[in-house]
Amino acid sequence: MADSKQYLELSETTDMVADMGLSSLEVMEFIEQIEDEYDISIPLNILPDVNTIGQLAQKLQELIE
Amino acid sequence: MLFDKFKEMAGFQAELAERDIKPFGAVTEKFLSPTEGIVGGRKVILAGTNNYLGLAYDQRCIDAAKQAAQDWGTGTTGSRLANGSFIEHELLEQELADFYGVGHAISFTTGYSATMGMCATIAGPGDVILLDSDSHASIYAGVQLSGAEIIRFKHSNPDDLAKRLRRLGDRVENTLIVVEGIYSMLGDTAPLQEFAEVKREYGGYLMVDEAHSLGVLGATGRGAAEATGVEADVDFIAGTYSKSLGATGGYCVSQHAMLDIIRYCIRAYIFTASASPSTVASTRKALEIMRQEPALRARLWSNANKLYSSLQDMGLSVGPTPSPVVAVELGDREQAILCWNALMEAGVYVNLVIPPASPSTNFLLRCSVSAAHTETQINHIISAYAALLKNGAISARAE
Repeated sequence: MADSKQYLELSETTDMVADMGLSSLEVMEFIEQIEDEYDISIPLNILPDVNTIGQLAQKLQELIE
Repeated sequence: MLFDKFKEMAGFQAELAERDIKPFGAVTEKFLSPTEGIVGGRKVILAGTNNYLGLAYDQRCIDAAKQAAQDWGTGTTGSRLANGSFIEHELLEQELADFYGVGHAISFTTGYSATMGMCATIAGPGDVILLDSDSHASIYAGVQLSGAEIIRFKHSNPDDLAKRLRRLGDRVENTLIVVEGIYSMLGDTAPLQEFAEVKREYGGYLMVDEAHSLGVLGATGRGAAEATGVEADVDFIAGTYSKSLGATGGYCVSQHAMLDIIRYCIRAYIFTASASPSTVASTRKALEIMRQEPALRARLWSNANKLYSSLQDMGLSVGPTPSPVVAVELGDREQAILCWNALMEAGVYVNLVIPPASPSTNFLLRCSVSAAHTETQINHIISAYAALLKNGAISARAE
């Protein structure tokens, strides 16, 4: 929600939904930006296992390797 | 608590109820004509029905439905694979295959189950599905059920699709690409020629959902694939009876004989009752009328072009191309709710679309034009939008 925006220190344990307040659509857009940045395709199937920035980084590492 | 996740929705619904605004699930109490009714106690022009050709209230379709109910009863009480395949269902499938000039067709009980069921079944574990990011909820539901690897590509972006197919390498042989003809919320048409070129270069199987383009696009109304001359490149065409054909149900047609086998593997087809005979009969009649009366399509486009160009000329933020779906984008939820309500008070009933039903995070007032709208009604809709601009409820788009 626009009115609840605040600065947030990101860490490996930051939760994308609970802490960053991303909606499901915003998570998708976030994933799209990462795909562009690293020139990879990220399957949506990883999403149920990814809540935090650290978990996302771990999955990305697996995909890139 | 199990119900905690519904708290936000409960709060939103309570707020709407308190303000006495009912944009979601407003009840139509009576039809006065195919394009006019009483909704929430108010006489309104029905401007968000998807009844593109006006056949949902056509006397010939009504008569066909009445006769079928008389002959067959009210329901089939069973699955197509058990007791629920009547000759009417078989004939509808034959007529659809004939209409598309392909050998194979399956009829489903709803449009949702057609696209969901096909996506869930054609690809499975070990396969890949590449879907357009703005795909309908039924497609998303299907791909999630499939067990396949799911990859989104950027909306209507052939270069992004090509890039992702290239990355797949040999796996492209096991890849299903899913796009739509006309996208339901903004009315934009997929660049099917470019998508077909990408498919020809890299491979894969292509499915096009023509839910909003059947009866709307193409020389004979077969949809976007016909309009762009790429039907030979399309492996599966899915669609619905609930828009141009004015009933309920869905279909998939294909040039591949394997569709006749796939039928026995689609859970959304096997484990649900087949469509009621009256629904199938009115659909068959509507398909016949649609084929025989191309003038309906011409009238639809005349109305659509008029509404689209008028709203665009006013400076409203409409979709990218003229289409029977005419959506106006608004700044935020509050403005969208207020404008929807003001249009209702002006006697125009459109769809209010908010995330996640809208693509991205935008808020839309969505009209769907019908061939049955009169010139006076289209002018009335245009005037209602003009009044929103005049009283400052909407601002013209900054150039």
